[in-house]
Amino acid sequence: MVILLLTNALVYILYALYSSIPLMLARTSKSASRRFSMAIDIEKELAGIKAQFEERPGAKKKLSMIVFSGDLDKHIAAMIIATGAAAMGMEVVLFYTFWGTAALRDPKKKAKGKDFMGKLFGTMLPKGRNKIKLSRMNMAGAGTAMIKNLMKKKNVASLDQLYEAAAAMNIKIYICQMSMDLLGMKMEEMIDYPGLEVVGVATFLDHAKESAVQLFI
Amino acid sequence: MAEHDAVKVLDYKGLACPMPVVKISQEIGKIEVGQVVEVNTTDPGSLSDFPAWAKSSGHEIVETKQEKGIIRIFVRRKK
Repeated sequence: MVILLLTNALVYILYALYSSIPLMLARTSKSASRRFSMAIDIEKELAGIKAQFEERPGAKKKLSMIVFSGDLDKHIAAMIIATGAAAMGMEVVLFYTFWGTAALRDPKKKAKGKDFMGKLFGTMLPKGRNKIKLSRMNMAGAGTAMIKNLMKKKNVASLDQLYEAAAAMNIKIYICQMSMDLLGMKMEEMIDYPGLEVVGVATFLDHAKESAVQLFI
Repeated sequence: MAEHDAVKVLDYKGLACPMPVVKISQEIGKIEVGQVVEVNTTDPGSLSDFPAWAKSSGHEIVETKQEKGIIRIFVRRKK
């Protein structure tokens, strides 16, 4: 028992000596005090942690949103969040895909050279943001008309006003290439919006990974 | 003299979310750093939205007053 205790103590003393060697070396190599060298180490560590924190994914004050839906109510929500975020000083990027792309069509423009399916989708899908319908209680268009009326009465910004605000605040709009192909849409029939661009999924992910907020609507 | 030396009054009465915040974010750049602007709004959401906007965009809400259904918010440009 005593022997065991003694060996334990010996091991401990040896360990203490071993771990103090670098300290003693530091003391002999430089006249600076131990506390001083430690302070520098902590500062270095902190800087490292800070750098890691700032470089981590999703750290940027940025909103990346997928606008998938072709419903009026969801488009209003998307645009209100987007313009709100831009007002808060966030960078905002919107990706229109699938049914959402129909909302970016310009009713005054026409695209030529569409194939049969493209023409079919073209006539069946709403021509622009003012032709999209409510997701619920549409009632053959009566519900949508009622909501638009109510919005005017209650002074809620219309989609037209929201798009105008979005353009003024440099909100970036991308359209999904694959959706446009699939639904037979062409760039010539899309709205005039500053910097409107056709992209793929990688572009979205590239933006999304550095964004603090990512939404799918 | 205007309260808090506000250099101008922005009339956002009747506007609904998100327009008051959208408009102030565009207007704040038109005054000098350190100056105060007064915002009049009737949107109750502004009571929480303006402080949130100020926190995020780095400006300051000097004072908020509520009188006769009108909310008066004094905003100082900080940067």
